[in-house]
Order: sequence, then C-alpha cells, then structure tokens
Amino acid sequence: MRVVLEKRPERSRAMQVASPLLAVALTVLFGSILFAARGFDPVHAIYVYFIGPLTTLWSVEELIVKATPLVLIGAGLAICFRADLWNIGAEGQLIAGALAGASIPILAPEWDSALAIPAMLVLGMLGGMAWAAVPAFLRNRFGANEILTSLMLVYVAQYLLDWLVRGPWRDPHGFNFPKSISFNDWHLLATFGDGRVHLGAVFAVIVAAVLAVFMARTLMGFEIRVRGEAPRASGFGGFSQAGTTWLCFGISGALAGLAGICEVAGPVGQLQPTISPGYGFTAIIVAFLGRLNPLGALFGGLVLAICYLGGEAAQVELSISEKTAQVFQGMLLFFILTCDALIRYRVRVERAAPGSSRLRASIGLGNPAARAADAGGTAR
Amino acid sequence: MNALEAVLLTIITASTPLLLAAVGELVTERSGVLNLGVEGMMIMGAVTGFAAAYTTGSAAVGVAAAVATGGAMALLFAFLTQTLAANQMATGLALTLFGIGLSGLMGQPFTGLPGVKLGAVHIPGLSDLPLIGPVLFAQDLLVYGSVALTAFVAWVFARTRLGLVIRAVGSNHHSAHALGYDVAAVRYGCIAFGGACAGLAGGYLSLVYTPQWIENMSAGRGWIALALVVFATWTPSRVAVGAYLFGAVWIMGLYAQGVGVAIPSQFLASLPYLVTIAALLAISGNRIFTKVNTPACIGQTFVPDR
Repeated sequence: MRVVLEKRPERSRAMQVASPLLAVALTVLFGSILFAARGFDPVHAIYVYFIGPLTTLWSVEELIVKATPLVLIGAGLAICFRADLWNIGAEGQLIAGALAGASIPILAPEWDSALAIPAMLVLGMLGGMAWAAVPAFLRNRFGANEILTSLMLVYVAQYLLDWLVRGPWRDPHGFNFPKSISFNDWHLLATFGDGRVHLGAVFAVIVAAVLAVFMARTLMGFEIRVRGEAPRASGFGGFSQAGTTWLCFGISGALAGLAGICEVAGPVGQLQPTISPGYGFTAIIVAFLGRLNPLGALFGGLVLAICYLGGEAAQVELSISEKTAQVFQGMLLFFILTCDALIRYRVRVERAAPGSSRLRASIGLGNPAARAADAGGTAR
Repeated sequence: MNALEAVLLTIITASTPLLLAAVGELVTERSGVLNLGVEGMMIMGAVTGFAAAYTTGSAAVGVAAAVATGGAMALLFAFLTQTLAANQMATGLALTLFGIGLSGLMGQPFTGLPGVKLGAVHIPGLSDLPLIGPVLFAQDLLVYGSVALTAFVAWVFARTRLGLVIRAVGSNHHSAHALGYDVAAVRYGCIAFGGACAGLAGGYLSLVYTPQWIENMSAGRGWIALALVVFATWTPSRVAVGAYLFGAVWIMGLYAQGVGVAIPSQFLASLPYLVTIAALLAISGNRIFTKVNTPACIGQTFVPDR
C-alpha cells in the first residue's frame, strides 16, 4: 500500500481558503503534543500561548503593535514572491529605513515642526528602498542571485546599526550604553488608546488594502503576477523583467523601511543595537500564511504576532523559553507549505498491484510511476 | 609556532565548515534541488553536536550527532519538496527559520559550558616540516576529511555512473524520468547528503572552531556556502578554492581587528558578507561561464505525470 498525490484537474478553491487555517490548527496540535511531552498540561499551555494574548485589552494592543511591522513587510514581500523574486533581506531593509528615518530625531533633535514626522517616514521608506535597490540593481545589471545578495545585506545593515549606536550616534549622556538619544516627543508617532498602538497600524491597514487593489486591478499588478506564473508569456507580452524587479524590490524595500522607522519612532523610541526581533524574517511566513495576497498579510500578521506574544506569556507563566515562538513560527511555515500541496493535489491511498515488486526489479532503478506512464519502460 | 603559521592554521579552520557545507550543497544542487536551509541545518548540527559531545564526553559522538541531525532535517526538506511538491525556496527558508529557532531553544541549557574539542592528528614525519608541517599536517580529522570529501565528490561527478545519473536528473528531470531513473529517489539521496554535510559543518563550528555553544554561531556561513556553490559554478575543485579564499577573508577581518587597524570593527566584521556579494558579481557577470555548469532544472518542482 502506498500514498500517492494525484493532481487535481483544477486548483481547489476550498483548499485555498482552508489551507492556512489547517496549517494553524496543525501547528497548535503539534505544539500541544510538544508541551505535553515536556510535562505541561497541553490545554493550559495552548491557552496561555494562543488564547491568552487575546483576552486583555493590554495584550490586544500589544498584538496590534507587533502585527504592524509584520503586516507592512509581509504585504510587500507577498508582491515580491508573487513575481518569483526572492527578497529575503527585509530585515536589513527595515534597519536601513530605521537608520535613515532616525537621522532626523538624532541629528536635528530640536526641529519641532509638523513636517518632521512626514519627513522621517519618507526618509525611512527611501532608506529601505535604497537598501532593496542594491539586490535589484545587481540582479538586473549582473544577473546576481537576489536571494543571496539581499540576505548578505542584512548582516551589513546590522553591523552598520551597531557601529552607529556605539560610535557617532551614541547618546553622549547615556553612560556609555550603546543607545542613541531618546527621541523627543515631537519625533514620536501619534498613539491611540493607552499609548502603545501607533500610527503605523493605520498605515498597515491602508497599505494592505491599496496593494491588494494594485495587484488585482492595475496593469502593473498584472505584470507582476504574469511574471511569476508564466515568465515566458510575460516576455512575449513585452513586459519588462528589469522593470518588475525594480518595482517589486522598491515596494517591498520601502514598506520594510516604513516598518523600521515606525518601530523606532513608535514602541522603541530610540536606536539601539537590536531594534527588531526578526520581523523581516518572520514576515516571510506572514506572506505565505496570507496566500501571497496583501490583504491576507493582515491575517498572517495577526497570527504571527500572537506567536510572539504567546512566547512572552509562556515565558512568564510556564517559565519556558520565549524561543519557542520561533520554533512555532518555523513549524507554521512547514505546515502551510504542506497544506498548500493539497490545493493542487489530492491524497490517495492505493494498494500495490500484485507482482509489482517483480516488475520493478525487471527495470533496475525503475520507477513505478514511469512504468505506469510509459509502457516501453518495462521492455528495457 | 610563529605568527604566519598561526594565521594560516586559523584560515584553514575557518574555511573547513564553509567547504563542508558548500560541497554538500553542490551535490544537492547538481541534482536540481536548491536547498536554502543550509544555515538552519548547520546551526542545528552545531547545537546537537555540542550537546551530544558534552553529555557523552566524546567529540566523535558529537560529530555523528551533527551529521545525523543535518541529514534528518534535509529529509524533512526532501519530503516536502519531493513528495509533497512544495516550493523549494519557501521550504528551504522554513528550514532555516525553524533551525535557528529550535537551535536557540535546545542550546539554552548549554550556553557558556566548556566544550569538548576534537583533537588534532599529527601525521608523523610530515608534521615536523617547517611552515607547512604544522599548517597542513597537524590538523584535526575533519580538515583532512573535508578535503577527501571534496576529492571524492569531484571523482563521483567526473568518473562514475552515479555522478552521471545525478547530473542527468539535475539537467533534465523529464529525460531522466523517461529513461527510467527515479528522479525523486536520486534527489532524496542528494538532499540527505547535502544535509549531512551541512550538519557536519555545524558540528565543526561547535566542536573545533569555537568549542562551545553560542546562539546563532553559524553567523550566515550557511548562506555564504550557498553563494560559494554559485561562485564555484558547481565545480568541486573551485568550491575548495573559494572556501579557502573566504576563510582567508574571514580571518583577515578578525586579524586586522586584533592588530588594531584604525577601521571600526563593525566594518571589518561585515567584510565577509560584502566579499560574498562581490564574488557573486564577479561570477554572474560572466554568463557563459556560469551557464555551462548550472543545473538546468535547479529549483524546479518535478512531479511525474500519473
């Protein structure tokens, strides 16, 4: 008996919706098995991890704060991945955006103007865009693999940030701690509620909606989709490969940069050696959980934000490492990819035909599938 | 031992994990599979290698654990990409993200503990030679092993039927399938080999290079190994040359910091990553050179028509 994947005649619409939900459910199920294996009451642990963060106003606000950068970056990456462009250096673009935007509050702390915040946001987007433009340029001009170049630039950005906060941008009155000055009030984003949720959350919703329309309703969005799904057709259609590369990297870089400046001008409030718990990498999972759809990134961002918060809650209440969050996130991506197989394939259990072992032996390295497809295979 | 010998010695130690991981990934990619999970398999190899060596007191057990872990993670990748036909890029990224997370979790109890170092093997007679003796003939077994492995892989691809089959599967999976080769099985094997090598590279980091467990200690070496394969245009001998060049760059950066060069340490530390980009440019600029050896089916999903 063996399990085979049978190609569906059409992509299953039901599975397209169900797949991310099934992936989340499987992650929770596996998580509870892991908790049980480590001697925790699985129901309680899962409650603490996945439900707890939704039960108090404080934690819901915190959830939105954490989801904000994830949605911003995830929506941009969704577009990149749709075009079959693999920008995996969003973490570096986030840092570059944060640095560019933070130049105003650090170098001109006294500039109190209504223009200060917009200028910071624009600089942040330009910073992220500039960092993302490097892999785009190298790919267009030299054909260099964008996966590797964008990732290498993450390390470079991290060292650049480290150098700035320990060197030229260190707070002179900060007792030698590697931190910049705390931003003045007029250089911080407006906040809502108890003061944690900031303007970035509004941007995230707007960005997701605008990008969804852009992808579904504009010619440029169509070019991006065709490039990913049928690269040859895109060439015949006269769409510029280089153009879509610039566009996708530009958009995703700008959004990562926006997420970066929103983090430092929001919850962080200054520059320090670490300004993001890996949002740029987690956003990759967000994009996939959201079915590479910018609106889906809203859902994906919230789920992954629960993962972060649950990790913190589990550390406090169950005294297990907050690193479980990363394990859950990685596991979630595995399950998404597994469940996505069900969109195009259906699982069928088939009994081995009698005598198949003899047949297989007769063609040496033979492959049962090849045998079925190609009757000549048995003759060889 | 004089200063020059010491520098050369550290260059070889720094290059060995890159060489191991890159040779493994080369085999994977030659079979037409791009596994972006090298970093994750490497870091998992590092943590399990350290943990096994620390608990048993034997570095050899650590090495075995590292190899097994890398192989096991690679099989997970193979199951998703070959059996479930999942996207290779995304699955590889998942492997890396998962590996970094899980290694951090598993490594927590081992942080700061003294490690077990794999000892050096002095080759009698040769290791007493001036300069090259201590550098080339008084290394640990894995250094010799990595060179032997590279030579072995080069031989398999150049001289054996197995090498031919792997290349066929990587160059045109439809033809290979039509000839009766089990594409998925060949790829499973190559992916597992690549994972075992990446795990071994990680074990080398935590058992020889810096014999302790430090979170994220692979520091992007898995990604650099991926770049090395491209840089070497999928040729084992060039992978070796590239790995030693990169090891040299890595050590030069550290050495310059130690001597007190008036450049901020962060710039020297980011040197290997910038050099990686430069190397990719140097090689990608020459498209004919690259195209000759690029496995034509790399990264493409293959599901036989049923």
